Amino acid sequence: MNDNNDIIIKAIDLTKKFGSFVANDNLNFEVKQNEIFGFLGANGAGKTTAMRIMCGLSKPSSGEINVAGFNVYTQSEKIKKKIGYMCQKFSLYEDLTVFENIRFYGGIYGMSRKDIRNEAGRLLQDMGINKYRNSLIASLPMGWKQKLAFLIAIIHKPKIVFLDEPTGGVDPITRRQFWDLIYKASHDGITVFVTTHYMDEAEYCDRISIMVDGKIVALDTPENLTTKYKSKNMDEVFIKLARKPVTSNQ
Amino acid sequence: MNNTVVKVNKISKFYKNVQAIHDISFEVEKGEIFGLIGPDGAGKTTIFRILTTLLLADTGKANLAGFDVVSDYKKIRNIVGYMPGRFSLYQDLSVIENLMFFATVFGTTIEENYDLIKDIYIQIEPFKNRLAGKLSGGMKQKLALSCALIHKPEILILDEPTTGVDAVSRKEFWEMLRKLKEKEITIMVSTPYMDEASLCDRVALIQNGEFLDIETPENIINKFDKKLWSVKSQDMYQLRNDLNEFQYSDTVFAFGQTLHYTDIRKEISNREIEEFIKSKNHQNISVVSIEPNIEDCFMNLMTK
Repeated sequence: MNDNNDIIIKAIDLTKKFGSFVANDNLNFEVKQNEIFGFLGANGAGKTTAMRIMCGLSKPSSGEINVAGFNVYTQSEKIKKKIGYMCQKFSLYEDLTVFENIRFYGGIYGMSRKDIRNEAGRLLQDMGINKYRNSLIASLPMGWKQKLAFLIAIIHKPKIVFLDEPTGGVDPITRRQFWDLIYKASHDGITVFVTTHYMDEAEYCDRISIMVDGKIVALDTPENLTTKYKSKNMDEVFIKLARKPVTSNQ
Repeated sequence: MNNTVVKVNKISKFYKNVQAIHDISFEVEKGEIFGLIGPDGAGKTTIFRILTTLLLADTGKANLAGFDVVSDYKKIRNIVGYMPGRFSLYQDLSVIENLMFFATVFGTTIEENYDLIKDIYIQIEPFKNRLAGKLSGGMKQKLALSCALIHKPEILILDEPTTGVDAVSRKEFWEMLRKLKEKEITIMVSTPYMDEASLCDRVALIQNGEFLDIETPENIINKFDKKLWSVKSQDMYQLRNDLNEFQYSDTVFAFGQTLHYTDIRKEISNREIEEFIKSKNHQNISVVSIEPNIEDCFMNLMTK
């Protein structure tokens, strides 16, 4: 695809250094609109660093990066308005009610009261939790909180939503319901950028990149990657690429 | 019953009016790797905190190596190695200082039990003068395990050692546990990752403070009472919707690049499922009968 309108994130030689440590080493990748893009890598490979740059929270040391049509060097505030973000332990405010949380996040993203009310109504309807509108988040089951956190992260209809290990520790049924929501969001036109340690979830993505030591070592569809690395599934691909030779004698 | 090292009898625990665990009973044999498998909030940590004498159960009894968790708590603390879910070492002490501290507290030395931690410690030894707070996740985990082992415990209790850890480090961690098992240490480990169940000798599947089952991983799979199909087509999103609306559909769960499907009819073949999918205009259809994995079993038990 070289139609530029279809590319929502474009990184060229993106590099981030902390002192002499190179956290992101010449990353080149594109994310297409509406795509579910899986961003994989071992702990410490540099995923969070790159995500923070894409969210406009940190600036690259060198290289180009464009997110939702904006330049991260000069337009990070504009980027922040076009994206949603959810991290693993980002739960909602436990001592606010469901609706108060929605109003709070909607307000931060500059939504009007009317839009917030409408979107809240739709969201609660979709999740079938209308009667819990005025319940404290603390009183909700764990699985609901996670799903609600996701829906609230996209309440302002962002162009891209960044999900940092959104399903860690979630029960297997809720984990799948969560992915149903991801699929729906992508169907509704939101680009999904997600990290996960569950390799079966990697296979739900349209395309995947795998980072090792600050570099992207593979980027393709799950199917092409499993073929290319002669593996049964993504778990094997990941192990092949990310397992480093042990430097000290084991 | 000399071989039973952990014996738990009907323990329950409430936090205010929330019941965290409900009448839990189980036994662990010497030298076993016993897994507590379940999501966040299922009660795994509560059970471990009761067994490590850090929390009192409201009802029920538990003993470790014959010692009661309430009256003999001091003895238990000497024979148990505990690695909590949150990194709990001293961040502002170096690697070697942490290890020395734990050895000293338990009245031993690093040298005395070095062979037990050698395989693990050797991997972080090049960084022994680094502050624990400055270690990477994988290295912290190895240090925490070394500290939990330095007094040569009979029982090792590991609370979610692999949560948030990447697939490669998770594999390495389980290899370390296998080696410890050979040294006859009894290991209790909790995890939210269902695929790790197969690495345990026996597992308890836990959800909402109750055990769904306690078995060997093989038997949990053998007990799966339905026929399971792995189904694929060109348009997986549409396939899921179609199967969910199929009148004979029982469960439809996404599993990587395929869907796992069960049918309410007992005697059916691939053909009948294929016919239905074809009637919905799907292409590149594949319907294969498969063996369930632990996650299939867990979800099956959850929905009962």
